[in-house]
Amino acid sequence: MLPSLYEYLLYLGDNTLILGHRNSEWCGHGPALELDIALTNISLDLIGQARLYYQYAASETAWQSEDTIAYLRDAHQFRNLLLVEQPNGDWAHTILRQFLFSSFQHHLYNYLRESSDPTIAAISNKSYKEVAYHLRWSSEWVIRMGDGTQESHQRMLTALEDLWMFTGEFFLPAPYEDQLPTGIQPLPAPLMQGFWMDRIKEVFSAAGLPVPASPGFQSGGKTGRHTEYLGYVLAEMQFLQRAYPGSNW
Amino acid sequence: MPTEQTQESYFQDKIDREVRIEPTDWMPDNYRKALIRQISQHAHSEIVGMLPEANWITRAPNLKRKAALLAKVQDEAGHGLYLYAACETLGITRDELYEQLHSGKAKYSSIFNYPTLTWADIGAIGWLVDGAAIMNQVPLCRASYGPYSRAMVRICKEESFHQRQGFDIMLTLCRGTEAQRGMAQDALNRWWWPSLMMFGPRDDDSPHSAQSMKWKIKRNSNDELRQRFVDITTEQAQFLGISIPDPELALDPETGHYRYGAINWEEFKAIIAGQGPCNRQRLEARKTAWADGAWVREAALAHSQKRAAGTSAGAPLADPSGVARSGPTGATSAETNLSNPQPAPYVK
Ligand SMILES: [Fe+2]
Ligand SMILES: [Fe+2]
Repeated sequence: MLPSLYEYLLYLGDNTLILGHRNSEWCGHGPALELDIALTNISLDLIGQARLYYQYAASETAWQSEDTIAYLRDAHQFRNLLLVEQPNGDWAHTILRQFLFSSFQHHLYNYLRESSDPTIAAISNKSYKEVAYHLRWSSEWVIRMGDGTQESHQRMLTALEDLWMFTGEFFLPAPYEDQLPTGIQPLPAPLMQGFWMDRIKEVFSAAGLPVPASPGFQSGGKTGRHTEYLGYVLAEMQFLQRAYPGSNW
Repeated sequence: MPTEQTQESYFQDKIDREVRIEPTDWMPDNYRKALIRQISQHAHSEIVGMLPEANWITRAPNLKRKAALLAKVQDEAGHGLYLYAACETLGITRDELYEQLHSGKAKYSSIFNYPTLTWADIGAIGWLVDGAAIMNQVPLCRASYGPYSRAMVRICKEESFHQRQGFDIMLTLCRGTEAQRGMAQDALNRWWWPSLMMFGPRDDDSPHSAQSMKWKIKRNSNDELRQRFVDITTEQAQFLGISIPDPELALDPETGHYRYGAINWEEFKAIIAGQGPCNRQRLEARKTAWADGAWVREAALAHSQKRAAGTSAGAPLADPSGVARSGPTGATSAETNLSNPQPAPYVK
C-alpha cells in the first residue's frame, strides 16, 4: 500500500474514532434519555466507520489489525483533526463540535463516494447516509440552542469562540493528501471550503448565530502535532492493551 | 352504576382468565400504585444501571468490545424509555418519576450500587446481572398489565443478547492469560452474592409478594427464581473454570438442585438503606445529568414555542439533511422530539 494512502486512511479513521470516543463519554449522562440514545447512535456510527478504514489500512500487513492501529500508536502518530479531540464541555460544545465536523465530513464523503479507490468509495458510500443523519441532527440542535433561550444562545457563542479556530485545518492539505494519486480524493480539500461555508451560513442564520470573521488558525492534527488533550484520550482508551500486552479480549 | 365490589370482582375475574388490563380499564387503586412502584423501580434500575457499565466504555479493550458495550448501554437507556412510557399510562409523568428517584423516594436495583473495578466486571455484569434480570423478567412478559407485559417482551429479547455477550467476555478472559483469569475470578467473587440478592428477600420476608401474585404482576416467588439462577449459573461457572465463592454450594442429589449458603441480608438491607459502596455516587450522577441538562431542555422548549409563534431568529432549514434524500438510516422523530417516548433504533 502506498504510504500516502496508508496515512490518508489513518486520517479518515482517526477522525471518527476520536470523535466517537469523545461522544461516548456522554453515555449515561446526557441531558435527556432521548439525547443520550441519539448521541450514542452517532458514536456507534463513527466508531464503526473507523473500524472499516483501519481494517483496510491493516489489510496488507499480517501483524496489523484495526486494534493495533487504534491501541498501539502514540499521540504523534494520530492523524485526526484537532477539533475532534477537544473536550466535550457542555452540550453546546459537544453539539457544535459535531456539527462543524459533520458538515465537513458530509461533503468529504460525498466526493469520496466517487473515489478511484473502490474500498474507500464503498466505505464512504455506506457511511454517507449515517453522516447525513448526524448532520441533520446536529444542525437541528445548533438551531435549537442558538434560537432557544438567552442562556443557550450565550453558551453557543462561547462554544463557537472555543471551537471555530480549529476549523481551518479541514481545508489545509497534509503532505500525504498532496501525494495521493489523483482520483483517490476526487476534490482537493481546499476546494471543499466553499461548500462547507454555505452550510455553516445557512444553519447559523437559522440559529441566529454570527459566522465568525476570524480564520480557523489552529492546525497540526493532520500531521501529528496535537493538543494536550489527545494524550489523555489515548491513555484512557489504550490502558488495557498497554497494561496486558498481547492478550486476547 | 356497578358498585366498587362488583367492579373489583370483575377485575379479578379478568386477571384470573388471563385477560390483559389496559390503561383505560377500571383498576383498583392499589393495583395502580403497586404497578407504578414496580415499573418505575424497574425503569430507574435500567438508567442507573447504565452508569457502572458506562464506566468502562472509554477503556474497552478493543474496538469490537467498545462498540458492543456502547450498544448495550444504549439498549438499557431504551429499556428505561419503554418502561417510563408504560408507567406514564398509569397517570404519572416521567418528570414526576425522576423527581421520586432524585429525592430517594423511589428505589432502584441495589446491584448497581457496586463498583466496576476491572474489565472483567463488564463480563460478570452481562453474565450474572443480565442473566438474573432475564430470569426475573421473562415471567413478566405475561404480567397482567398490557403496556408492561408488552414492554417486557421487547426488553427480554435484548437482555438475552446482553447475557450471551457478557458470558463471551468471561469465556475469553478464562481462556486467556493468567492475569486475565485472575481478573475473571475476582469479578465473580465480587458479583456472585449481590446477583443472588437481585431476586429480592426470602419468600417468608417478602411483604408485597402474595398480592402481586394474585394480581399477576409477579408470577414466581423470589426463592423459586433464585434457585433456577443458581442451578444454571453454577454449571456455567464450571464450564468457565472459575469457582463460585460459596463453600456450601453443592448439588443435592435428591432434589437435583444446588444448595447454596446463607445470603448476607444485612448487607442487602444496608444497601437499600443507602449505605452501599456507590449509592451516593450513582444518585449524584443522575441528579447532575438532570440538573446540567435543564438549560438544554428549556432551550428546546423555548425554540419550539418560538417556532410555533413565528418569532424564531431564523427561517427553518429548507432541506434539513443538507441534501435531498429519503429515510435516514438511524433517524426517527425521537431524536429531536423530547416528549416522544419511542427510542431511537439500536445499532448492534
Ligand atoms: Fe435492561
Ligand atoms: Fe441488559
